[in-house]
Amino acid sequence: MSETKEVVLTPIFKNNPIALQILGVCSALAVTSSLSVTIVMCLALTSVTAFSNLFISLVRQQIPNSIRIIVQMTIIASLVIVVDQILKAFAYEISKQLSVFVGLIITNCIVMGRAEAFAMKNPPGISFMDGIGNGLGYSVVLLSVGFVRELFGSGKLFGFEVLPLVTDGGWYYSNGLLLLPPSAFFLIGGFIWVLRTVYPDQVEKADFVMSPNTKKEAA
Amino acid sequence: MASSKDTVGRTVTVAVVLCVVCSIIVSAAAVLLRPAQQANKELDRKSNILAAAGISDSSKTVDELFEQITTRMLDMETGKFTDAVSAEGFDARKAAKDPALSIKLTSKQDIASIRRQARYIPVYLVENEGDIETLVLPVHGYGLWSTLYGFIALEGDLNTVAGLGFYEHAETPGLGGEVDNPNWKALWSGKQVYPAGSYEPALGLIKGTVDPASAKAAYQVDGLSGATLTSVGVTNLVQFWMGENGYAPFLANLKAGGN
Repeated sequence: MSETKEVVLTPIFKNNPIALQILGVCSALAVTSSLSVTIVMCLALTSVTAFSNLFISLVRQQIPNSIRIIVQMTIIASLVIVVDQILKAFAYEISKQLSVFVGLIITNCIVMGRAEAFAMKNPPGISFMDGIGNGLGYSVVLLSVGFVRELFGSGKLFGFEVLPLVTDGGWYYSNGLLLLPPSAFFLIGGFIWVLRTVYPDQVEKADFVMSPNTKKEAA
Repeated sequence: MASSKDTVGRTVTVAVVLCVVCSIIVSAAAVLLRPAQQANKELDRKSNILAAAGISDSSKTVDELFEQITTRMLDMETGKFTDAVSAEGFDARKAAKDPALSIKLTSKQDIASIRRQARYIPVYLVENEGDIETLVLPVHGYGLWSTLYGFIALEGDLNTVAGLGFYEHAETPGLGGEVDNPNWKALWSGKQVYPAGSYEPALGLIKGTVDPASAKAAYQVDGLSGATLTSVGVTNLVQFWMGENGYAPFLANLKAGGN
């Protein structure tokens, strides 16, 4: 596998930023209740990760060590503001639904994590691809969570009715829990479970071993 | 190399250059995209006014449809129309926060939890040969998580609801967020705000479904299931804005022909 291909494809399943590194979960909970919003969020995050990796990698030789984190943050924050402005100008409805979560990409650990772990050490081209790859990894999780939540939570996909709801004269009783953020925890947990069954090497070693009961009465 | 990169001078230079470059990019984006953003906001507001008034025609643009609507400034202190301030470019949201243009509500008056009441509020009229056909009034109030901003439209008798809609809120999607559900919004049309001969608003949400046989059915709308606090918030907001601190004096004046 060529290096570029590997950098783009590994983060999707083998080294997924959400499922393996457990980064950036907060936005995965918040914006996945409908698919169209989820897609815009994925595009926004992927482009921010890719371009922040690109720009940080371009100036990586110039960044003094003592202020490198703040330099990365400044670049990321600027990109996020630009993305937010573009959304407000061209996708007003969706930007209204995403509200604060676009701004919160700044604090998304995936962006920062890739900048620090990859872009600071690698040339621009490959860093850009790494950003795309990690953005896709994030997108895969978000889209699968969004698919389940919108389909079973409101009986729709992309706003089109798939399962007619009882409230609209159909037969499907929607699952209200799926529309609330905590449901994404269960779904992401399930996603991680499946992933770790397929790739058993992702399973972390236990931090400690339970000792057997030493006293009879404790048993 | 490491030493030359980490000197104080170099660090300061990099920081300054980076800040300048980033701020130019950010401000350029903000300035270049502002016209498009403002157009979007304006369009959104207009389409919500039209939706509340029940005007829709897919063959026409929002701007064309909006030509039917007259915007007038309302002075909340006198309950009459005023020309003292221009409706053009008037930011009602900002004015409600400005101490010079608003009054503080006492906690007893403030049932909708909005803290301050603006003195001037733009209202929207659909007129037909001098008579008011529909009157669209902006309303806002606190639900469960957020302030709901919307419009309530009254028919020419100034008592029958023509429609209601919210254009901005952050209630729980699927529960309180159902204030956006077209089926629920349709329930409002035809309801009465005031009982005969009174300006005490009776309109509100109830728990469960309205019994059409009930004497109060004309003043009741189904509550949102699973969203008690949002329902209470909507009731409070209607009660406040249709009450004596809201539009009741204005509606009384208008009905008496005092404008």
